[in-house]
Amino acid sequence: MRRIMVGVKRVVDYNVRIRVKPDNSGVITEGVKMSLNPFDEIALEEALRIKERGLADEVLAVSIGPVDTQQQLRTALAMGADRAVLVQTDAAVAPLSVARIFHKLIEKEQPFLVLVGKQAIDDDNGQTAQMLAGIWDRPQAVSCSKVEIADGKATVTREVDAGLEVNEIDLPAVLSVDLRLNEPRYVKLPDIMKAKKKPLDTLGVADFGVGDTATFTTVKVEPPPQRQKGVMVKDVAELVDALKKKGLV
Amino acid sequence: MSKILVIAEHDGTRLNPSTLKCVTCAAKIPGAAIDVLVLATDSSAVAAQAAAITGVGKVLATDNPANAEGLAAVLAPQVAKLATDYTHVFGPSTTFGKDLMPRVAALLGVGQVSDVMAVEGPHRFKRPVYAGNAVLTLDVPAGDKVVATVRVASFEAAATGGSAAITKVDPGVALPTHTRFISRSGGATGRPDLQSASRVVAGGRALGSADGFKLIFSLADKLGAAVGASRAAVDAGYIQNDLQIGQTGKIIAPELYIGIGISGAIQHMTGIKDARTIVAINKDGEAPIFEAADIGLVGDLFSIVPELEKQLG
Repeated sequence: MRRIMVGVKRVVDYNVRIRVKPDNSGVITEGVKMSLNPFDEIALEEALRIKERGLADEVLAVSIGPVDTQQQLRTALAMGADRAVLVQTDAAVAPLSVARIFHKLIEKEQPFLVLVGKQAIDDDNGQTAQMLAGIWDRPQAVSCSKVEIADGKATVTREVDAGLEVNEIDLPAVLSVDLRLNEPRYVKLPDIMKAKKKPLDTLGVADFGVGDTATFTTVKVEPPPQRQKGVMVKDVAELVDALKKKGLV
Repeated sequence: MSKILVIAEHDGTRLNPSTLKCVTCAAKIPGAAIDVLVLATDSSAVAAQAAAITGVGKVLATDNPANAEGLAAVLAPQVAKLATDYTHVFGPSTTFGKDLMPRVAALLGVGQVSDVMAVEGPHRFKRPVYAGNAVLTLDVPAGDKVVATVRVASFEAAATGGSAAITKVDPGVALPTHTRFISRSGGATGRPDLQSASRVVAGGRALGSADGFKLIFSLADKLGAAVGASRAAVDAGYIQNDLQIGQTGKIIAPELYIGIGISGAIQHMTGIKDARTIVAINKDGEAPIFEAADIGLVGDLFSIVPELEKQLG
């Protein structure tokens, strides 16, 4: 069985305006719309396309989170994943613990490719792929914008600060995907119905023996400092004057 | 006492300015001893530049042909090994550091702090979360080695003029061959580098086309500025990806940022809010960018920008 494993995370929807809790213990997530992390959707889409090209037999979606994460995994199944595994925990799980849990799943599931988003839009850590590849002692390709698979190898184009970098990596490997890799498909109603019948297994985080505590302690969460509203000028001459006064031109 | 190892970013001959910013961040830890590690094919040129950074105690240099392209999978085991005697390992929050440092942390069996924007103590740091809509202060467990990426826009470059000793080191670890460099493209615009430029002119979707973006390039050249863009302009195909500013693009902190035809989506504002002066030019007076702009001008960019270029003489 040629299997692709895709890691997905339940996050606050990207359209939600983030508000910090009054006691500074975190951001408000109660009563807020939750979604699949957009970068993970791109990872899943890529896995589905690789399967549709006949290069894989099964796409497995895995997630770590509270019981409600089943909603996001059902979305993944509706998009086209063949089955899903939820490692259930109410605790915040740090990227290192995620990587360790994923590594245990890899030992069991033996995928030839693991795909994740380049970062989750809640913590913005951007670490899981690299940590997993390090623990697994396999190649990593971060911020992929193009993926080609052939002969047990992948040729990956990565977005780097100076442009694009192409690497060739042996499989199995871990890839993190960037925005422009693809555009995820829309889920249609019949797919949602079909997804209800697909297997979704729930495991306890304790089954993995890697601990489910955050690596770091949160001291506080605050709103960012606000910039002072500046002045409006009425024409180009005033703009140039203002820039000159600040010594900027 | 804190012993900090800063991983140098370079292209084989030149030290990237991001490394000087990492040194500034490291120096915020009171009494820290700061060393820089240069992993290269031939480290001599870069090591000499690192040795000149004020505040650096010594430079560790490793020469190995395998280091030529700075592949994370190749560098990580060397960094992890050489980090043994250090309490902290810092790298820049550039694509180089973001690729490398989490792998280093995993090999060391510790967490990694992403995008350090402020140092509150040897184990306490501030970092942005939720696209910069919240700022997290966190503690790394007291006994853990601190592995972190430094948000380069949050720190000034360290001064130069020092002369630290350079020591050749051999990590003596086996390196993987499963990851191979093929090619690199793009980047060379002939203009200042977006991430380190003191002036940036950025354009948005309102430019309307790749042709419209010529206005931006022309003004940028007049000012000696780097060119940037909003995600909308990049997605529309007006300009290449690597000039995107924002949460998923470049985070910048120039002296002067001029945003033209950019509405100011939160993801874009995350990338520019450390700019010293923000100038916004937009035809919509209600555009959110005006909320954060130091100087705002409402009007048609297609007449304003050429006029601005003219009046700048």
